[in-house]
Amino acid sequence: MPEHIVPIKTYTIVLIALLVLTATTCAVSFIDMGKMNAVVAVAIAFAKASLVALIFMHLRYSRRLMRVVAAAGLFWLGILIALTMSDYLTRGWGNRPE
Amino acid sequence: MAETSVADRHTHGAARAHQFDDAEQQRDAVTMGMWVFLVTEIMFFGGLFTAYVVYRTLYPAAFAVASLALDITLGTLNTAVLLVSSFTMAVAVFGSQTGRRRMLVGGLALTIALGIVFLAIKVYEYYQKYVEHHIPGPSFAFPAPYTQPAKMYFTLYFAMTGLHAAHMIVGCGLLGVLIVMAWRGRFTPEYHSPVELSGLYWHFVDIIWIFLYPLLYLVGRHLE
Repeated sequence: MPEHIVPIKTYTIVLIALLVLTATTCAVSFIDMGKMNAVVAVAIAFAKASLVALIFMHLRYSRRLMRVVAAAGLFWLGILIALTMSDYLTRGWGNRPE
Repeated sequence: MAETSVADRHTHGAARAHQFDDAEQQRDAVTMGMWVFLVTEIMFFGGLFTAYVVYRTLYPAAFAVASLALDITLGTLNTAVLLVSSFTMAVAVFGSQTGRRRMLVGGLALTIALGIVFLAIKVYEYYQKYVEHHIPGPSFAFPAPYTQPAKMYFTLYFAMTGLHAAHMIVGCGLLGVLIVMAWRGRFTPEYHSPVELSGLYWHFVDIIWIFLYPLLYLVGRHLE
């Protein structure tokens, strides 16, 4: 696959987007939204990470194989967290007092 | 065999190993190898992220209160420093792709400088934590009733940011080697994989921080 050269203008736009998202996540964290605080913070983090991976790390212009490898990493991390939490979150089930 | 590869270097201006058909195949192979390494890095940090999810689920209130002890101004500033360093790294890669040696060397130098600024701010934050007795150990102090779970929060804080900082130090070393190589004219538009791959590493370390920042600094800000 021939190398794709991303113009500096694209990098600049991505940097501005990343800084705006950082300011947003910081500002939003001061508002009390209950459980939504964590959801919004992690969603913005994923948006920023996707921008870095797709543009700075060239995943958007890479072979599908590279994207599969990167997605596999996330998928395995998902298994690690999901299976661990399926234990911790269900430990109290079944032993109700009284 | 050795002579062929030397001849190759002269004819293609590229350090192509003899097991590859062409430069493109080599580039695909090394990029793939780097991504596989980064996946192992995801799992390396993944253990700590999982521990964080477990303990934050068990002690949500303590984590929120303990996170207020961090300096959000420095944390946000460091996030910006690291994002800009990823941009300068991308510029360096662009310089290597287009044969602009000055842009390559300048981009790498700026990236290292920003990396050092990040580490310096981190050291100052660690020092603040030392002064405030927030380093887990015999002198650890945190108001009741959150003393014990707050200790867990700070253990994770130091483990996660410490592992991240270690990666930053390695990254700065890598880029230092690249500057010397670039200065000597070792990279061309046909051959610059070391720059591209070190860039992938640097951006990966940036992504780790993108998650550490909200998880460690922003957890309990709404309580302020």
